[in-house]
Amino acid sequence: MIAEIGLAALWLAAALAVFQLVAGGLSLRPGAPPVLGQSLRPLAVLQGGFALLSFAALLVLFATTDLSVALVALNSHTAKPLLYKVTGAWGNHEGSMLLWVATLATSGALIAALERRLPERTMHAVLAAQGFVASGFFAFLLFSSNPFTRLPMPAPEGVGLNPLLQDIGLALHPPTLYLGYVGLSVAFSFAVGALLTNAVTPQFARVMRPWVLGAWVFLTLGIVAGSYWAYYELGWGGWWFWDPVENASLMPWLAATALLHSVSVLAARDALRVWTILLGVIAFSMSMVGTFLVRSGILTSVHAFAVDPQRGAFILALLALYIGGALLLFALRAGTILEGKRFGLASRESALVLNNILLSALLGIVLLGTLYPLFAEMVGARVSVGPPYFNAVGAVFALPMLAVMTIGPLLRWRSDTARRLARPLVALSAAGLLAAVLALLQGDIGLLPLSGFVLGAMLVVASVLPLGGRSFRRTPLTVWGMVIAHFGIGVALLGMASDAALTRERLVAMAPGDAVTVGPWTVRLREVMPVAGPNWTATEVVLDAQTAAGGRTITLRPQSRTFWAPVQQTTESALASRWNGQLYAVSGGPVDGGRWQMRLWWKPFVTLIWLGGLLVALGGALSMAGHLRRDTVRRSAARRISRLAAPVPA
Amino acid sequence: MTVMKWLAAALLCILPLPAAAQSAMPPAPLADRQLDDPRLEAAARELMHTLRCVMCQGQSIADSDAPMAGDMRHQVRSRIAAGESAEDVRAWLKARYGDYISYQPELNRVTWPLFAVPALLLLFAALVFFRRVRVAAKPRR
Repeated sequence: MIAEIGLAALWLAAALAVFQLVAGGLSLRPGAPPVLGQSLRPLAVLQGGFALLSFAALLVLFATTDLSVALVALNSHTAKPLLYKVTGAWGNHEGSMLLWVATLATSGALIAALERRLPERTMHAVLAAQGFVASGFFAFLLFSSNPFTRLPMPAPEGVGLNPLLQDIGLALHPPTLYLGYVGLSVAFSFAVGALLTNAVTPQFARVMRPWVLGAWVFLTLGIVAGSYWAYYELGWGGWWFWDPVENASLMPWLAATALLHSVSVLAARDALRVWTILLGVIAFSMSMVGTFLVRSGILTSVHAFAVDPQRGAFILALLALYIGGALLLFALRAGTILEGKRFGLASRESALVLNNILLSALLGIVLLGTLYPLFAEMVGARVSVGPPYFNAVGAVFALPMLAVMTIGPLLRWRSDTARRLARPLVALSAAGLLAAVLALLQGDIGLLPLSGFVLGAMLVVASVLPLGGRSFRRTPLTVWGMVIAHFGIGVALLGMASDAALTRERLVAMAPGDAVTVGPWTVRLREVMPVAGPNWTATEVVLDAQTAAGGRTITLRPQSRTFWAPVQQTTESALASRWNGQLYAVSGGPVDGGRWQMRLWWKPFVTLIWLGGLLVALGGALSMAGHLRRDTVRRSAARRISRLAAPVPA
Repeated sequence: MTVMKWLAAALLCILPLPAAAQSAMPPAPLADRQLDDPRLEAAARELMHTLRCVMCQGQSIADSDAPMAGDMRHQVRSRIAAGESAEDVRAWLKARYGDYISYQPELNRVTWPLFAVPALLLLFAALVFFRRVRVAAKPRR
């Protein structure tokens, strides 16, 4: 019954989306009856409600392990902990796509219910565009990935969920990332709506900005969570592999980062109108390309659990329709948008333009490197593009961008003089020089990590300079947001450089009683013992670690786990975090003579990578809160003024 | 006496050979053992991070539990220890497994766009930036 309710709700939501598209499109024609436009907001809200109802039905099916539903039988198991039963709902293709459209429809409902600042005609176009995007994805779900299909006979037991996915990091990583992906759909719809109704104004940018910021915050969190998951769950100490699926999440992030900076220029200075619209289209296109890459199974990797060419073809068609359509519209209408205000070479705008150009180039590189092996395969050549390429070529664009990032926020809008910057530049050079000296004292360090140390230190210092001469209490939240986000990038950069340059590694076979040193730590193998969990058994290696300086002994317990539904072996790494780094231990199983293969790492300051990432997200969230608060204040002031100006009824 | 010693040693070496014929072989000796010389180990390590594990999906041989990745790590370490340069080893592996094995694309007939496009992007970025600034600066003169 619940499965049928879910399916019915999904069909209803799909029908409402199509209706929203048609009504919205017709309402834009001159002389259209006003009822068409007026119907759009209720339609969007209803659509969101039904999509959420459908997703809730799927959650119930997974929570109760209803084995008469094919998707549940194929991906769940009665012996799984409840948490992973529920999160298993999106640990598969159909469920995750349902989550995708449910988020899409909900954000459509939110703009319909809350957004009242744009001209009504523009809003109609925006909601029509949102209906357009939603209808395609509803169709994809209903025609090629129905999550509610029943089995002719209920299965006696479920197949189970890939144990790698039975982890809290990966349970939360997809929804966070999807909120980001889909949040960008709103930016896309705003861009299309503004293009259709010729309304690219600073006011439009102010309306779009919180959505871009929100999406960007969730993308950042999703990437940080995914990276940390890969770091501890895969058990090799790496945190970014330039895997196509990782790139699929990085590309929308790069586009969204560029977009949120250009939207700020548009809102503050009424410049970069065409560019902002183009980025709005590109950002969501990258979300869809990412979804396509992951969902179609065209790239087979840990994440790509859908291998089905028919689905791939369907998404590819949607992709061509949306991206092609939006770009065509852009080409037709871009000429009608005036370019906006002008600015000088030494100005905040020009720094932001440079940031935008370099971020876009970086996006181009990642897109090229990710897709190129596919192109090469079409002409019969097999090529791999990996870390050596992305690191080297990416650095060509990333390093100048980070350098501009240090001084950009110090520049004034419109035009500035180099003389005013003399003192901060001296401080920055000193910070960079100090970092370089400190790094080189650690021994032989590669050029890339060295640049990371230098730019990271400069950014950490530079990011707080905009606070100079301000009263902390009076500093607007939006400035705090920028400062914290830029500070976070600097912190993350230091973590990356430190991990790349200063990691110490030991690979050893150890018997109980053996001790090895890794970095400042002496690690002793105490014992090996069996342990059992709810759906796995494991052998656990117990390690005692102590620094040369003495101090408290810490115990690490890495495991080799065997899950029984489905049968699969995983290694569970053990991590001990200290203020100055992480001790990382993995058990690689038994070797000859009662010894155990161990992998041990001492990674100085590696946690700064994710701490920095979290700071970036926090900065985005503060900035969003600041903008929303400013808007509410402005609006209530406007209301008060209009009330004062209104004629007093006699 | 010494002859006997040598013979015994040779025999001892042959003894484990039948084990090599079994399907489940123990991992190659250098799969998970570091080289004694930290400089050589660092070179091997760096190289391993740029070689694809062909049995796995999207993982380098440095980050994989697959037996084949272990064998390849052994190959890399023993060749580096024997004095080959990292690029020699890469070339040897490419000759055996094809270009696909290396994450570092080399410039050739198929891959030239990978290098041409970034160069063009760089030019284009500079052009866009300076044009924008020039256009912007003009009316102020």
